[in-house]
Amino acid sequence: MNVMPVIPINYYIFLSLALFTIGIVGVLTRRNAIIIFMCIELMLNAVNVLLVAFSKMHHVAAFAVDRATTAGTEAQLFVFFIMVVAAAEVTVGLAIIVMLYRNIHSVDINFLNRLKH
Amino acid sequence: MHINELLFWFLTALALFSAMMVVFSKNPVHSVLWLIVVFMAITGHYIIMNAQFLAIVNMIVYAGAIMVLFLFVIMFMNLNAESEPQKSKWMKFAAVLSGGSLMLILIAALKDNGGFISSMRGEGSIGLIKNLGKVLFTDYVVPFEISSILFLSAMVGAVVLGKKDSSTIVS
Repeated sequence: MNVMPVIPINYYIFLSLALFTIGIVGVLTRRNAIIIFMCIELMLNAVNVLLVAFSKMHHVAAFAVDRATTAGTEAQLFVFFIMVVAAAEVTVGLAIIVMLYRNIHSVDINFLNRLKH
Repeated sequence: MHINELLFWFLTALALFSAMMVVFSKNPVHSVLWLIVVFMAITGHYIIMNAQFLAIVNMIVYAGAIMVLFLFVIMFMNLNAESEPQKSKWMKFAAVLSGGSLMLILIAALKDNGGFISSMRGEGSIGLIKNLGKVLFTDYVVPFEISSILFLSAMVGAVVLGKKDSSTIVS
């Protein structure tokens, strides 16, 4: 029996945290509304990677006990629903950005402070 | 070193580098293209975690549909200019500092666990369409139908937001 490739769950946690942090830094540093929106998508995907990794970890632990287990299916369906909601969110968000551009002829978020007047 | 571990490190490096390039590239079109690379790397991660259905959906929905939508909007607004106004140096420094301290705290909170992911022979059926579809259309059929209503309302909302001002349209 050849050696099984074992990847610690910590690696996936660190990857997901790094992607999430890069998304946060992008949201905080950029002024273009579309780039900020893309960084939000990046954060959503970081969470999705973590959910799939936990699903796989759960499945590996349950598979050692029962060979016919389907543990971990719910997490993958959850990721599927997150993708569905993200797709709906992107359509509405991009429509809002287009409307914004039509009104103030820019997507710079610093021009949005006139919302408070 | 097994092929899965090599792939893991390659895809991780690719994802992190591309995510950095998304944030730091000046041209928004380049940002979109780098984000597609990030999604491709994440699709690779799904494949080595045996989540084939999510890999395909991620590639079609994210890298295909959503990124094309972003690219379309950017080119529609003619935003591919290099002269974007930047935030001040201190704001950027504070942003990187706060993001880095958040990552530090989360790593310190989450690093102590002994879980692992391995790929044994004969497993991996949970990520296939057969299993996921069975569960989706039996246990989760109500959220599935609700998500279709969500899509319908999102479509109506996008059309209402995106069309011209209604006072200019002769009804």
